[in-house]
Amino acid sequence: MLLLDCPWCGPRSEEEFSCGGEGHIVRPTASAEMDDQAWGDYVFMRTNTKGMQLERWRHANGCGRWFNMARSTTTHEIVAVYKVGDDKPELPK
Amino acid sequence: MANYSILALARNALQRHRNWPQAWGSPVLRPSYDAVIIGGGGHGLATAYYLAKLHGMRNIAVLEKGWIGGGNTGRNTTIVRSNYLNPESAGIYEHALKLWEGLSQELNFNVMFSQRGVINLAHDPGEERELRRRIYANQLAGVDAEWVGPTQLSELCPILNLDPNIRYPVVGGTLQRRAGVARHDAVAWGYARGADHLGVHIIQNCEVTGFDIREGRIEGVRTSQGDIKTPKVGVVASGHSSVLAAMADIRLPLESHPLQALVSEPVKPIMPTVIMSNKVHAYMSQSDKGELVIGAGIDGYISYAQRGSLPVIEETIRAIVELFPITSRLKMMRQWAGIVDICPDASPIISGTPVKGLYFNCGWGTGGFKATPGSGHVFAHTLAKDAPHPLNAPFALERFYSGALVAEHGAAAVAH
Repeated sequence: MLLLDCPWCGPRSEEEFSCGGEGHIVRPTASAEMDDQAWGDYVFMRTNTKGMQLERWRHANGCGRWFNMARSTTTHEIVAVYKVGDDKPELPK
Repeated sequence: MANYSILALARNALQRHRNWPQAWGSPVLRPSYDAVIIGGGGHGLATAYYLAKLHGMRNIAVLEKGWIGGGNTGRNTTIVRSNYLNPESAGIYEHALKLWEGLSQELNFNVMFSQRGVINLAHDPGEERELRRRIYANQLAGVDAEWVGPTQLSELCPILNLDPNIRYPVVGGTLQRRAGVARHDAVAWGYARGADHLGVHIIQNCEVTGFDIREGRIEGVRTSQGDIKTPKVGVVASGHSSVLAAMADIRLPLESHPLQALVSEPVKPIMPTVIMSNKVHAYMSQSDKGELVIGAGIDGYISYAQRGSLPVIEETIRAIVELFPITSRLKMMRQWAGIVDICPDASPIISGTPVKGLYFNCGWGTGGFKATPGSGHVFAHTLAKDAPHPLNAPFALERFYSGALVAEHGAAAVAH
């Protein structure tokens, strides 16, 4: 069971959170010019990293706010929690 | 290969069972094959079996990182059914169910397929309407399906709690009588034995580390046991599909999540059928050993660790105890997780890729076991002919660009 550190509420049980998947996926700005390939890649295709991953989480049953996290998908170790809009953290190799 | 029969059993019993032949061998990797299957689970071994049996491709290998059937094939809750909502899904799952019905004879290996029926419960009028709609869709697609009310439910499964005053009272359910359970390991072993007999090399402890791709065409596979030349590769690696795709610079629309299951201590037969509930998200059957086999929904976050988190099974057990109060003091013996590859539309991907000769069979998510024979059958066709079988044509990667998704999330039954 994970103990997640919400940037606003502090450490809480994983039951209060929902995972929003891969982070830093930016919505394309020139959407009118995009072809089906580009839309499909943006909407559906994922890296699905095995190892350290930057991902979005939401404190769904708490403050309700989104934030970012760097977490290993193999060990579940959390190395960084940061707010939406913050720079990507330095990751251990 | 010695045929398994009552005579063989008697003969070997007289020899104190010392002379049973090995069911499959441990061949040495050849430097080249006509086709290579990556992943020695049920789907991969079935693919190899049908490639050899129906398409005459005998110089092929199945590469398995660990041991055969040690991944999701050995970690599921063994439920087999075909009552999916969309015609594309009903097509492929019903194809699989028909193969299941003759599989023990086909493989000369008892896969213990038991058509004890699968019931999907409805807990409110809205869910009843949805499930009745699915029954009509199933009947139109040639899949057996019927509605069962509380009286019939109490006859089919006396331990089910039909008290109208529980939190989520049961109003009825769908029943697929031809559905049921099978012995999961036996499916992998049966296909492995059959494929080995047809000359297929099953290479265990052989991890794929990369692909040789030249001018957009697959030429070989690099492995921990050496390099292989091959013009055709079929990847059947469930939760690790994205990892293998990345080796070919391909991205897939998959997320890998743990899916947990657990079994109770063995008890006398109390559960004559399989009962699933989407509303409270739990499902239960009883194994021939007497253990109650209980399944849950996926864990919410992406993970490649084959263990799940406790809140998920706590919620499942809460639902099971309400549906089956008789289980409230049972001890749970074991709990585990498999890594399932979840697709956005909850349908599989059986498809070619931008790399010629490289095929993927993945995205089965939480419900792949039931499809094992059908999946292997159509994927073998796809590999051999370099063109999809009509049943897997709707499940190509292109659907994520054309928009022709086969949306099964929630519609058919999210639980598996």
